[in-house]
Amino acid sequence: MKISNLGYLLKEGIRGIFLRGFMSFAAVCVTVACLVIVGSFASLVYNVSVIVEDLNETSEIRVFIDETLSDAEAKSVHTKINQLGDNIKECVFVSKEQALEDFVADHDYDPAFDGLEPDYLRHRCVVVLEDNTQMRETADAILAVPGVADITAEFELAEGFSMVQQVLQVVSIAVISVLLVVSLLIISNTVKLAMYDRRDEIAIMKMVGATNGFIRFPFMVEGFILGMLGAAIAFGLEWLMYDGLVAKINELEGEMELFSFVPFETLLVPMVCTFAAAGLFVGIVGSWTSIRKFMDV
Amino acid sequence: MIEFIDVVKSYSVGNQALKGVSLQIEDGEFVFLVGPSGSGKSTIIKLITGELRPTSGSVHVNGYSLERIRKREIPYLRRTIGVVFQDFRLIDTKTVYDNVAFAMRVIGAKEKEIRERVPYLLELVGLDNKSRRHPGELSGGEQQRLAIARALVNNPSTIIADEPTGNLDPARSFEIMSLLQEINKLGTTMLVVTHAQDLVEQFSNRVIVIEDGLIASDGMEGYYSYENQ
Ligand SMILES: Nc1ncnc2c1ncn2[C@@H]1O[C@H](COP(=O)(O)OP(=O)(O)OP(=O)(O)O)[C@@H](O)[C@H]1O
Ligand SMILES: [Mg+2]
Repeated sequence: MKISNLGYLLKEGIRGIFLRGFMSFAAVCVTVACLVIVGSFASLVYNVSVIVEDLNETSEIRVFIDETLSDAEAKSVHTKINQLGDNIKECVFVSKEQALEDFVADHDYDPAFDGLEPDYLRHRCVVVLEDNTQMRETADAILAVPGVADITAEFELAEGFSMVQQVLQVVSIAVISVLLVVSLLIISNTVKLAMYDRRDEIAIMKMVGATNGFIRFPFMVEGFILGMLGAAIAFGLEWLMYDGLVAKINELEGEMELFSFVPFETLLVPMVCTFAAAGLFVGIVGSWTSIRKFMDV
Repeated sequence: MIEFIDVVKSYSVGNQALKGVSLQIEDGEFVFLVGPSGSGKSTIIKLITGELRPTSGSVHVNGYSLERIRKREIPYLRRTIGVVFQDFRLIDTKTVYDNVAFAMRVIGAKEKEIRERVPYLLELVGLDNKSRRHPGELSGGEQQRLAIARALVNNPSTIIADEPTGNLDPARSFEIMSLLQEINKLGTTMLVVTHAQDLVEQFSNRVIVIEDGLIASDGMEGYYSYENQ
């Protein structure tokens, strides 16, 4: 394919869009509809997962250290826990003095606790885990560390959140894949219909000795432009809808602030990339696979 | 040059369209290929254009060996052959001029060459005053002449025509045959499939008769000799 023909090939591609105006319109509409559905679902899932993630961050294990140990020995227990493995995200040592202070502060400095001695309490560590599904295993490992007297943790709650997160992940991946496959099928069928219109033209091109690349190129240009157009429109729509919906929900919530939504700006870059990739894929793969059927002459 | 050596073509097991055909057509020849319906004429043409591959035997066309040609070489083979069909196969949304120019554009010709060559060919087939029309506005004979101009535009060494006059009345048919004879005199090898026996007899060309997948006769004596056997 010579560079001097590029102008002709591009012109043919663009001409094709207008020549088959209705088909082009249909292909763009289908792309937009599919991408908006996928995009909305993905942003919903993302927001829910951020909320669940935030809640799960509060799951922690409290480790109480044997009160017969000296302060230095207690600190070394903390170090041992810290070295326990990958699942320890954070392990903060809280001395009994600090713990008492926190306790009194938590109770609004109630005079009832005035005479309380730090020795009523034990040195402790507050452990936050990387992966809360392993909470029980990690808790057992911590208990096995010499010098650890006791631990407390909300196992059921943490497991519940982890479960929700996992289910959400699996379901969303499944639904998004299905939506993408369905979109691709619909779009490739739309392109195929458009292509069927031109099978005579393709047969003539083959007859006079056009190479497959030369025949395909204008169709690819057409598919590319339609795919990108669909992606751009879908992106704009998604943005408007998202911001509109978030504003509406915030208004309804008023002061309550039950849920805070991720601002669209956070989703912007991944969404632009995904939509552009999907548009490109759908446009080019959609037209390529459908041309192939008419190429074997 | 077109050469078939002992060519067998079966579409499916036990259904042989060609049962061992050998023939040779030299550059610059004009050959009629005749025979009853279903005898294998279109099969021979499809083997020449690379649309089909022989089941056995070998086919040589303008320097290409069709039994082992690679897929991506086929377009280059086809540029050495111009094909004309009974149903013209023109693009109705393009003008007469663009139907011919299209065939040059899709093999990557330069605009300047196109502007020189297309009017020359439209004049050759007598359509120079109708270049802005669309195929639908032309008579059957004119449409076939347009198809011939398109087949010629990339300067092929060979023209193959499958029933080029099948849709035309006797006067138009004679006109088209005469046009093909003239083009042949300019040096293009011509292979014409036809049912029109009377038409064949008006020209003194080599006639290959095929019957039931085999060559029944081949020579300058025309259709008569075969009929009178
Ligand atoms: N695609 C195909 N699949 C199976 N059989 C085929 C196919 N094309 C042709 N045939 C068979 O091969 C034989 C030769 O067909 P071909 O088209 O070459 O005949 P023809 O001489 O061109 O006939 P006509 O004069 O009617 O055009 C016929 O028996 C036909 O039924
Ligand atoms: Mg036939």
